[in-house]
Amino acid sequence: MAYSRDNNNNNNESNRLLAAVDWFTVLIYIVLVIAGAFSIYAATTSSTSQTSMFDLDTFAGKQIMWIGLSFAIGFSLLLIDRRLYEAYAYPIYAIMIIVLIVTIFVSPNIKGSHSWLKFGAFSIQPAEFAKTATALALAKLFSTYGFQLKGWRTYIVPVGIILLPVLCILLERETGSALVYFSLIFVLYREGMNGFVLFATLCAVTYFVLVLKFAGTLIMGIPLGNFIVLTCIMVFIVLMLLVYCRSLILGRNVTIGYIVCALLAWGLSAMGVHINGYAFFFTVIPLSIIYLLIGMFRDDLNKVLTTVIFAVVSIIFMFSVNIVFNHVLAPHQQNRINIALGIEEDLKGKGYNVNQSKIAIGSGGVTGKGFLQGTQTKLNYVPEQHTDFIFCTIGEEQGFVGTTAVLLLFLTLILRVIAIAERQHTTFGRVYAYCVASILIFHLTINIGMVIGLVPVIGIPLPFFSYGGSSLWGFTILLFILLRIDAVRTEYGTW
Amino acid sequence: MRKDYNLEKRKFVIGGFIVVVVVIYLWKLFDLQIADDKYREIAVSNARSTKVTHPSRGQIYDRNGKLVVYNEPAYDLVLVPKDVHEFDTTTMCKILQLKREDFDLLWKNMSDPKKNKNYSATTAQPLVQNLDSITYGRLQEILYRFPGFDISQRIIRRYNYVAAANILGDIREVNAEDIERDSDNYYMPGDFTGDLGIEKSYEKYLRGVKGKEILIRDATGKIMGRYNDGKDDVAPIAGKDLQMSIDIDLQLFGEKLMRGKRGAIVAIEPKTGEVLALVTSPTYDPSLLVGKDRGKNYSRLVSDPSKPLFDRAIMAAYPPGSTFKPTQGLIFKQEGIIDNNTSYPCTGGYVNKGLKIGCHGHGSPISLQPAIATSCNGYFCWGLYYMLNNKKYGGLEKSFTVWKDYMVSMGYGYKLNIDLPGESRGFIPNYQFYNKMIGKDKWGANSIISIAIGQGEIMSTPLQIANLSATIANRGYYITPHVVKQIRDVGISKTFTEQHHTKINPAYYNDIAGGMRMAVVGGTCKGANLPGLDVCGKTGTVQNPHGRDHSVFMGFAPKDDPKIAICVYVENAGFGAQVAVPLGAMVLERYLRGASEEIESRATKWSDSWLEDAATVVEQDQEELNTGKRDTIPSKSTASAKHGGDDNLPATQWPQEKAILSSPTRFMSRDGIFKG
Repeated sequence: MAYSRDNNNNNNESNRLLAAVDWFTVLIYIVLVIAGAFSIYAATTSSTSQTSMFDLDTFAGKQIMWIGLSFAIGFSLLLIDRRLYEAYAYPIYAIMIIVLIVTIFVSPNIKGSHSWLKFGAFSIQPAEFAKTATALALAKLFSTYGFQLKGWRTYIVPVGIILLPVLCILLERETGSALVYFSLIFVLYREGMNGFVLFATLCAVTYFVLVLKFAGTLIMGIPLGNFIVLTCIMVFIVLMLLVYCRSLILGRNVTIGYIVCALLAWGLSAMGVHINGYAFFFTVIPLSIIYLLIGMFRDDLNKVLTTVIFAVVSIIFMFSVNIVFNHVLAPHQQNRINIALGIEEDLKGKGYNVNQSKIAIGSGGVTGKGFLQGTQTKLNYVPEQHTDFIFCTIGEEQGFVGTTAVLLLFLTLILRVIAIAERQHTTFGRVYAYCVASILIFHLTINIGMVIGLVPVIGIPLPFFSYGGSSLWGFTILLFILLRIDAVRTEYGTW
Repeated sequence: MRKDYNLEKRKFVIGGFIVVVVVIYLWKLFDLQIADDKYREIAVSNARSTKVTHPSRGQIYDRNGKLVVYNEPAYDLVLVPKDVHEFDTTTMCKILQLKREDFDLLWKNMSDPKKNKNYSATTAQPLVQNLDSITYGRLQEILYRFPGFDISQRIIRRYNYVAAANILGDIREVNAEDIERDSDNYYMPGDFTGDLGIEKSYEKYLRGVKGKEILIRDATGKIMGRYNDGKDDVAPIAGKDLQMSIDIDLQLFGEKLMRGKRGAIVAIEPKTGEVLALVTSPTYDPSLLVGKDRGKNYSRLVSDPSKPLFDRAIMAAYPPGSTFKPTQGLIFKQEGIIDNNTSYPCTGGYVNKGLKIGCHGHGSPISLQPAIATSCNGYFCWGLYYMLNNKKYGGLEKSFTVWKDYMVSMGYGYKLNIDLPGESRGFIPNYQFYNKMIGKDKWGANSIISIAIGQGEIMSTPLQIANLSATIANRGYYITPHVVKQIRDVGISKTFTEQHHTKINPAYYNDIAGGMRMAVVGGTCKGANLPGLDVCGKTGTVQNPHGRDHSVFMGFAPKDDPKIAICVYVENAGFGAQVAVPLGAMVLERYLRGASEEIESRATKWSDSWLEDAATVVEQDQEELNTGKRDTIPSKSTASAKHGGDDNLPATQWPQEKAILSSPTRFMSRDGIFKG
């Protein structure tokens, strides 16, 4: 067995392993954690008392300690046999779920959340480690012989694996961490889920934002948000006909029809005839649908029907957004969304963090104010700056150059992880790698989007940057297990 | 190993998704960090707190360098409502030594925009004013525990003399209107500004230039230090000191003499137009308008029926009475109506076409100088009569306009523009005025003849009368009277050095000065004949509807090198010779001979005895009223004749003067006799 041979040629094996590790990823990782430590130092030293960066009483000093331990953990993980991860994926997942459930009951209340396990002076957040466990379990499931996503029944187990920790974490009142698991939809998509589901999900989010954001202004007698969404629907119909149905004739005819109608409406309103927006859209879109329903029998019936259904559901969804928003969401949720969308300015209350964060970033300019020179940072204008809002330290002190560099580093890391995923020889490796990529995509999108005011405030950390041992260790473990699994690929040649 | 190439292509969708997100974020970051400058400004206003540092207000000295007004620091507890979070009210109350209810009341008053007109959540609002030094010290120690609170230091004015309140004025907190009207954008709520007197008229010099301190402030409002080590701070520039032209000792002397009387003393140095003393009575202690009780004291002064805030020296428009006669002599000479040999008859008064204006015993006919010396009514009435009816002008309108223009050139009818607020312009009627009052073509010289002797519609301020005296002293010009000699480092406005020449030939002034000298040597002002000082003078006894005659004296000395010109105006005190002349003489003597114990005690004695007499007069008047002997207080009282024993001119008759229509707006008495 490979295991005993490893023992016999331990030295030789280790050398070969180290050679096989994806050092490029390790390098990005090291750059990110060190930049993170400096940012935390900048964010937490006060202007009056300059403490050493290595002072263990400060956040920066502690973070450096976490980083040191992370390196040890990462190195240890590289030494563990890769097959153990695969073999123990389910037990690890089961243990994590138990820990999450226990946490709900034993955790002290910290700012309303019950997600911390305390061991004396030391506390950890199990939710940060549950991501790795879930990724392993999902990878294990997909690597089961003969498992394929085909038919809705096959979705039950993977969706269950994803939703179980979500449920636990929601009960811990850590909504942000729970939402992270929904990013695993990318993994399902990569492993065979109908792409239309992903497309529909993204459309729904887009419609939601547009309808609410532009509800205030009127155009042609209807809210601008609805106007844009209806226009989008028309564009999507055309795109779906051309790209998804590959029906050039239908696509072309519908396009010509839309353009003629739009020009006609434009000409009439230029002549002073008032045209109601709804009257226009609900004449043009149903006409095109009737045309498609007739035309589909000459074409790919299923796909054209899907397009028609998509259009109808989109319109229904658009109208239900307002109803859902006003009657289903709780006021504080409405608030958060309103502030993130810039509909409401509440600079003293819920919008304070985001506003101060934007000021910090915006005041950085091209090259920033310089390390430790940020006034917003030093004078504590942004709450939680060393944790969730760490990115604005970079923005203020390193400017556009710094923020661009950090974003590009993350982008490189994620694209690298996707590349690693695709070069895996095992389904286990590939699915695990996509889990890592999806989780990083979600954290990056939400955290930075929140800090620059594009996304509602959802309290999740920026990977490798934000202060906190649990978060750093969680991401280190997530990444280094991937590196260990990836390092195996060269061994195939010897097998 | 199953490899599905269709599914592998989905890496582009997932990778593409994150690429699109990063591109959108980079675009947003570009917008925040490069395209939009507003965040940089907001960050600056977040982190920097600009604190205004107040300059010390200029101090005020008298003409001899004696310090009159100086500054003392006062401390207020202020707060910026926006920056105040929850705080420990118990400790705060304990330090301020206030009960909780009182503190809450102060807080309510501060934060109620109806009561605190300058309220704004983002600027410092005063909560407790004038902290004592112990409270100030205690507060200073614990202030760091109360973000948003601060102690603002300001100055309060202190006075070395209980005098000259009308000149010095006071300072008060600016109100919303001041801030709105302020074109320099200098004032902020809580600032002080000059309210009356030279504090107001020299505000721009006294206040100085504000400085600023830029401080670094953290999110809780706590001050973390100075921005850029204070290199960008601007130090305040102290206000300019003023040196008044007032001689504070002469001012005190004058105020002592005026105690218990109503009226004014104006003394001017003729050559420079510098006002040496500007006394109004009754007056008040300038310290009353400082500090906590300012509001209370101010409204008490405003509602005082004796109007102490009313500066009679420059604001009161009185009929000038006989002090007006020199101006008439000058006009008649300039216009060739009279020459040195012209004499007019005056036997018991001016009698013309059934109109009689009474006069007193003196030789007749009489020429200009003796007419001034004896204050002959007939002479000046005839002069005006002949001037207005002179054919050379071609009508009353033209001749009257010529007359009026001479008066204006002598500083009457318009403000002299002294450097004090609130000056009155007096009144010189014009042709149109009488047309409106009497009716066009319904009036002639006789209808208005009493203006020749300073009665009728003529009104002037004691300042204008003193200015006439200075003009005669200068033989034909005056310099706008002013109470500030110089502004330190700035000097003085050109308007206070410029000579204003009247339209009269300077040579004629010698005749007038001669007449005024005669009045002192052997005429109406014998009481002012101070040996060796060559005093020239003119009395006035002004009839008025408010009671006893006003007693007036106008004079200057020495005759040929005048150092001081003066006007004394005492309301309802009787003959000019009885009160105003001895009073004016003492002021002249005090100034020209300098301070001495003898004159001080003489002044005290004179003032005290006058007060006693005045008390008896009031008693007698009261008694007569009670016994029904008289139904009004007469315009002249036998009791007042006790004063000025060396100048008792008998009243001859009380003719009815028909030509002048009575009107409630007119100060003119229907009694036709004018003495002086």
